[in-house]
Amino acid sequence: MPISLDEVRHVARLARLDLDEAEMLALQGELNALIGHFTDIQNVNVTGVEPTSHAVNMNNVWAEDEADDPFARDSALRNAPMSRAGLFVVPTIIED
Amino acid sequence: MPTRLSATRLAARLAAKELGVREVAQAHLDRIATLDATLGAFLTVDPDETMRWADAAQAKIDAGEAGPLTGVPIAIKDNLCTAGVRTTCASRILESHVPIYDATVVRRLREAGCVMVGKTNLDEFAMGTSTENSAFQVTRNPWDFDRSPGGSSGGSAAAVAAEMAPLALGSDTGGSIRQPASLCGIVGFKPTYGRCSRYGLVAFGSSLDQIGPFARTVEDAALLAEAITGHDRRDSTSANHPAIATQALKSGTLRGARLGVLKETLGESTDPRVTQGVERALDALRAEGADVHEVSIPSIGYGVTTYYIIAPAEASSNLARFDGVRYGLRVEGKGHIGMMEATRAAGFGHEVKARIMIGTYALSAGYYDAFYLRAQQVRALMRRDLEAAFQDFDLLVSPTSPVPAFKIGELTSDPLALKMLDYCTIPANMGGFPALSLNCGFADGLPIGLHLMGPVLGDERLLQLAYCVERALPDATGRPPLP
Amino acid sequence: MPEYVASVGMEVHAELMTRSKMFCRCPVAFGGEPNTRVCPVCLGMPGTLPVPNRRAIEMVLRTALALDCTIAMRSVFHRKNYFYPDLPKGYQVSQYGETNPLGYAGKLEIPASGGGYKRVGIRRVHLEEDTGKLMHLPAGGSGVDFNRAGVPLMEIVTDFPPDITTPDEAKEYLAQLRQILVYLEVCDGKMEEGSMRCEPNISIRPEGSETYGTKTELKNLNSFRSVQLGVQFEVRRQTAVLDHGQRVVQETRGWDENREASFPMRVKEAENDYRYFPDPDLVPMVFDEAYLESLRATLPELPLAKSRRYQEVMGLSAYDAGLLVADRDWAAYFESAVELGGDAKTVCNWMNGDYARYLNESGNTVGSGNVQPKQLVELTKLIEDGTISGKIAKDVFAEMFRTGHDPRTIVQSKGATQISDAGAIGEIVARVVGANPDVVAKYKSGQTSVAGFLIGRVMAESKGRANPQLVRDLVAKALDE
Repeated sequence: MPISLDEVRHVARLARLDLDEAEMLALQGELNALIGHFTDIQNVNVTGVEPTSHAVNMNNVWAEDEADDPFARDSALRNAPMSRAGLFVVPTIIED
Repeated sequence: MPTRLSATRLAARLAAKELGVREVAQAHLDRIATLDATLGAFLTVDPDETMRWADAAQAKIDAGEAGPLTGVPIAIKDNLCTAGVRTTCASRILESHVPIYDATVVRRLREAGCVMVGKTNLDEFAMGTSTENSAFQVTRNPWDFDRSPGGSSGGSAAAVAAEMAPLALGSDTGGSIRQPASLCGIVGFKPTYGRCSRYGLVAFGSSLDQIGPFARTVEDAALLAEAITGHDRRDSTSANHPAIATQALKSGTLRGARLGVLKETLGESTDPRVTQGVERALDALRAEGADVHEVSIPSIGYGVTTYYIIAPAEASSNLARFDGVRYGLRVEGKGHIGMMEATRAAGFGHEVKARIMIGTYALSAGYYDAFYLRAQQVRALMRRDLEAAFQDFDLLVSPTSPVPAFKIGELTSDPLALKMLDYCTIPANMGGFPALSLNCGFADGLPIGLHLMGPVLGDERLLQLAYCVERALPDATGRPPLP
Repeated sequence: MPEYVASVGMEVHAELMTRSKMFCRCPVAFGGEPNTRVCPVCLGMPGTLPVPNRRAIEMVLRTALALDCTIAMRSVFHRKNYFYPDLPKGYQVSQYGETNPLGYAGKLEIPASGGGYKRVGIRRVHLEEDTGKLMHLPAGGSGVDFNRAGVPLMEIVTDFPPDITTPDEAKEYLAQLRQILVYLEVCDGKMEEGSMRCEPNISIRPEGSETYGTKTELKNLNSFRSVQLGVQFEVRRQTAVLDHGQRVVQETRGWDENREASFPMRVKEAENDYRYFPDPDLVPMVFDEAYLESLRATLPELPLAKSRRYQEVMGLSAYDAGLLVADRDWAAYFESAVELGGDAKTVCNWMNGDYARYLNESGNTVGSGNVQPKQLVELTKLIEDGTISGKIAKDVFAEMFRTGHDPRTIVQSKGATQISDAGAIGEIVARVVGANPDVVAKYKSGQTSVAGFLIGRVMAESKGRANPQLVRDLVAKALDE
């Protein structure tokens, strides 16, 4: 089932990608080509097959509840595009 | 010339103090300075940093603590975090990013006394099969500068093939170590999923990614694998196993080894020159006593589809952290949402956006069951079929790439065609199997890679048999037409 | 106008009292300078990976067991994908599904308004990680502090259809739940510090209707009182909306503490397709019965069970029992005292009366108070066997609280032993009666109440030590002659 331009817009919003119309159209084409290929697994008999949610056969990998020294604040903030008074600064939160 | 030597030979000469670590490092930096303007394998070269590593290695040698790789130069794919050294993932969104910590494998390289000569080019965020998706530069194949070195670890493969370093690290999600190794005529190895810690590898497809070595010989690759693998408590998916052991590397034989040739990989989609090259190599292995049979595993035909659902789905989530808040590029926008949307639109290249979109779509409400869940089920089927095959065979064999190195720009207009090139390598990632590519011949002067896959945790045996295969194919060794 | 029935679902988030964060080993604490308890993992830096905190998992399992949940013998973490500046990875590690959360299909009993108990069904108890904190900056923009990012968070959600139907029940549920969490030592329950958060969702429907109404969700409730007032406000507001023939809008509303009213926050949440999928970086959690048994063995008797036992077995009132179980150490003290032979009601009265008052006034807890259970029991025995009067006992207790000395020692040093010798008292009675002939005359003329004056004089002369009952008897006898 092909993906509509509206759906492309919706997915772009979900993924926080600000795409222009040309990109949207190009991506619509590429996505449809890929989705077209996805049909080949639709008819595979997967009754009773557990999905591989994890690639390793391990369970219960845990760490003991011991605190380590945290990183120094200035190294934490070193790559911040904007920071002030020890905080990461972002534009005002506007709820849409 | 130190740059011609294998890592093993170099390490021996360095330990014997016939050569100095700085001297060797400088020789490689000089070669990079000469060749890389053309080849474009490196994104970052920092000679001061290299010499710091070199001095640390020399100190080890002087203290009598030399290991098998002490003082050996190594190139590192630029999606592995190196503290204090720029790590870009070949993306504008991380163009100036300097990590504040070392990846576990990087830490282990320091402990082994390796000497980092630079960070290598890749397809942006490891998404691609040609290194043409890098935001910064194109990397050229040392065998033919008009051709691609493969991807996504094209820079690392080209660096080793062109003798700019004897060793390199890459990452492999659907073939990104093995395919460039094949196109560049060198050895590329992907360990069993979980044997090499992913801590510090910028994640692409978390259930598929593995870090692995590039080298010009199997022995070198095995030694590097030993240095970087082994349990790591910082990675929950790290297998509870020690490092890959190399002491039995040279004590194997092809006599009686059961090799299963994957029928589905030698069909119409495979370049006849590649098929011919592989079949000639198999004849040589038969002559050494290997038991070579064809085996058909039809479900591997689903590999490309399942891969292009699962990997982008995981990637769409892994790349959500690039939002302009804590690090990386920030582009202003209206409010916090506008800022994030503008940042990601400007920071990500087209292929990355496409994969994020398909991945988001495959996970979204209404499509999760039909796409992601189903793909994971088909993946389970593939794994089951391959595991069954390993009851009858020691190794499963195929070409690594259905075509030799293609021209730069040849396939970029057909993104789907590029993706289809992964069908020989993808099954190993689907099941977490260890797999290796080594050169087995030439097609009009271009390398042909032979792909060997073993059962889960069968890394040692795989390397041991690969060593024998390498010895059985002496004509497959060659060096690109470079100074 | 029809009568409406309210339905209240409760969603509670509790920060777990671990030493380190959920997926990294940064320390967990309250307050402090921003971004001083962070590392590459909890900052979501590229290449980092999560490693789960074992104690956090155990805390959630113990809570789930205490709430009578079914435990998922195989449980995984999921990624909840959305974007927000306080969310470092662009996804939150959480748990999704019906039978995947660590605990599901449980219950909590609360005292019902009409007496007895009411069962509140619990749908899920799961484990996730907290986000960072956003704050408005006066100069413009917002600042993010990631100290809280990655702190282990337990989410407890009540069942649908909801069992809670009144603001009081909502408050009672929250109080009971908090008490259990504190008893289990998994959360300190400080709503004002944000270590426990509650988001009720409220809907109403006409009595007799089977269809549930549109619900609204309330946020920013910082105390039990706010929760109760908030639920009450919403029920009234929604009632007014429906009575005016309008529809209730499904929305998230904030609570304004000052105006004691709710206000709309976000109009639509339709965009939130979280695209849950199992986190490939975290392996499954698998449990066996032996492990769960070992955890069950660590569960203390829970407050409601204790309270019932105090009422049914020891005859305490619900009110008194409630006061005793409010704090685990307080209840433990009481039980020690009873075990040492103290009478439950007597001990209870002393504890909830004088002892509680002194502790409050001096800012002490029962742990730092001076009176041991053994000493309190001894005091009650001294009253019981008549050595001292109840009135004297209060003074003795005050001294015990001040000094920590044994009651017997104090009584002896004060010479405060009660006089119960009829002869000795008889002498004082005779003296007092003799000294007040006019009072005696008034008594004999019919003003029997003046006997109280004489009793008072006898008590004063004995410096309060005379056995009051005996004084009463002897004065009456003397006056009747």
